[in-house]
Amino acid sequence: MTATEMGSNEQYNFEVVKKFAFMTIIWGLLGMSIGVYIASELAWPFMNMDIPYITFGRLRPAHTSSVIFGFGGSALFATSYYIVQRTCQARLVSDFLASFTFWGWQAAIIMGDISYMLGHTQSREYAEMEWPIDILIEIVWVSYLAVFVGTIMRRKQPHIYVANWFFMSFILATALLHTFNNLAIPVSLFHMKSYSLFSGTQDAMTQWWYGHNAVGFFLTAAFLGMMYYFVPKQAGRPIYSYRLSIVHFWALSFLYMWVGAHHLHWTALPDWTSTLAATFSIMLLLPSWGGMINGIMTLSGAWDKLRTDPVMRFMIVALSFYGMATFEGPLMALKDVNALSHYTDWTVGHVHSGALGWVAMISFGSLYHMIPRLWGTKLWSEKLVGVHFWLATIGVLMYITAMWISGITQGLMWRAFDQFGNLQYSFVESVAAMHPLYEMRAFGGMFFLSGMILMAINVMMTIRQGSTESAKATAAKLSMVNA
Amino acid sequence: MFKHEWLETNIGLLTVATMLAISIGGLVEIAPLFFIKGTVEKVDGVRPYTPLELRGRDIYQREGCYLCHSQMIRPFRDEALRYGHYSLAAESQYDHPFQWGSKRTGPDLARVGKKYSNEWMVQHLVAPRSLVPQSVMPNFPWLLTNQLDYSDIQDRMKALRLAGVPYSLNKAEYDANVKKFGAATAKMLDITHARQNLIAQAQENNYDGDRSGISEMDALVAYLQVLGTMVDFSKYDDDAFVKYR
Repeated sequence: MTATEMGSNEQYNFEVVKKFAFMTIIWGLLGMSIGVYIASELAWPFMNMDIPYITFGRLRPAHTSSVIFGFGGSALFATSYYIVQRTCQARLVSDFLASFTFWGWQAAIIMGDISYMLGHTQSREYAEMEWPIDILIEIVWVSYLAVFVGTIMRRKQPHIYVANWFFMSFILATALLHTFNNLAIPVSLFHMKSYSLFSGTQDAMTQWWYGHNAVGFFLTAAFLGMMYYFVPKQAGRPIYSYRLSIVHFWALSFLYMWVGAHHLHWTALPDWTSTLAATFSIMLLLPSWGGMINGIMTLSGAWDKLRTDPVMRFMIVALSFYGMATFEGPLMALKDVNALSHYTDWTVGHVHSGALGWVAMISFGSLYHMIPRLWGTKLWSEKLVGVHFWLATIGVLMYITAMWISGITQGLMWRAFDQFGNLQYSFVESVAAMHPLYEMRAFGGMFFLSGMILMAINVMMTIRQGSTESAKATAAKLSMVNA
Repeated sequence: MFKHEWLETNIGLLTVATMLAISIGGLVEIAPLFFIKGTVEKVDGVRPYTPLELRGRDIYQREGCYLCHSQMIRPFRDEALRYGHYSLAAESQYDHPFQWGSKRTGPDLARVGKKYSNEWMVQHLVAPRSLVPQSVMPNFPWLLTNQLDYSDIQDRMKALRLAGVPYSLNKAEYDANVKKFGAATAKMLDITHARQNLIAQAQENNYDGDRSGISEMDALVAYLQVLGTMVDFSKYDDDAFVKYR
């Protein structure tokens, strides 16, 4: 009997979930390694090696694509397919389409990374992939929508679980953003190069409408969906407030789309747009914290789990980082703060407190919960999860502390005047001042990456253990039948 | 009476309501930028890139320069002293895509044009630390050795023309460009003569100091040397552009 035959008879399609979960680990290792490498290039520029393919400018999109779309995206596909089946008590509507989303998505990111290294890029941050890859992503994404909606339509009970609203919002918003931000005219049908349809101010606005909502929907709404299933499951308690989840879901979906222009404060974008974005950024604090409170308070009455359960610890610390990053965000969206923070490492640190602290940590927690269940076994080592937790936490803290200091230092040095009213520092003096902080950042990244390596080992051993156990169980069954 | 339960139990309604919620912000903030007059200032001098500058810009994108260098000077006193007049929207009106950037690991480049000699630019791109010891910029030695591929320059300009850049393909468009930019510039924007124009500009200016061929360095330096130089700010009052903000 082949694996596929067995798979199609089961209640749920976990094959595709397993594949995505596996690739989450692989992309995590790869994307974070590239991250550590490019961080090192900034600290020790000889590491660019005069090789075009690995210079900072070409590897940086490979880092962001691998971690956001490879690691984050695979984690989202895995968990959303798992959650939608579990909460709807229905099998994915199409095994073929689900499998297509897997291969299509992996192909898009691999081709993206390779094409950046070869120098093909739209130079749109977090949307650097050139037009042929964008079309592939569009097709994969529509398939994803079809699988997700189709599965919800097969649900056994009337209510659609709250996690699925967040996934729906994320899938729809990403489709909208991806389509409009990538409108471009190819040089020819057989040419990777394209020029964006919009120019200058309008193009900048479109790009940051995309850019910030990639954060808002891909890296936030979707991961909240993950949180709404795995936190209650791991805690063994219901969600703290259903009403809060309704209010903050709609507020989050509505408000996020307005805030992108805070990336363009003080630029040639008209003031009315950036003022509107700043205003909505402040309002966004409320639904963001609504999600954090709903997650953390779910643990009320079971706080002792924080002491005993390292998986729970990952989830709660993730929510804490989410709360911190979503407080810092509106702060940086204030025009006066932004005048100092924009163009500096503060922004980089802010992104990573969200990306490492929130996105990666909630994914680690969710995977540690889900993977043993997928392979029908227990985690190979809980102790290793604990070590991973501390490596990751220390890594994030080193990273963001270094970036706070360097960002604020840069901002202050650039605007410092001497007693005669001249600029006090040349630009390169600010670059030199960053050196120790760039080293500290690289070390922080290494901590985080070593945690990821431990996780990979733990997951591989868990999978092996699960396979051996199920083989043994099958053998036992067979011998019973034969007897 | 509206009940949230309707949305929770109907995937169609939930989808429609979500689409509504996520569409409004973008519509309100993006669409008007195409229609409100004054979003892009009226100013003389801004023209599309010449074929050589355009290829240089492509290389600027290819190497990911925008990841460490912004091209958007903000209206602050320190930035005015360090970089010059704040950037106008008009100055990037032909930039498909925009290159405003989001990070200054290196300095802003919006007005880097004509601030350094071609020789300095070439040396700095090949070995930045030979001129600025504390720099963390990568070396780009291959720009000197790679010959510039301009076989598809006309296709590139045609694509940009479709996106709205006034490169001319026929007499009427050429005449319109003469009227708008003057005869000398209009010639450079003529797609049918793109190759000759590209070669002529590279040979005349010899950006990379090597007359034996046209390197990628020629194109990149031609692009960098034009950045921020198109508008003559001495022609305008100090507060001439405030009303557009």
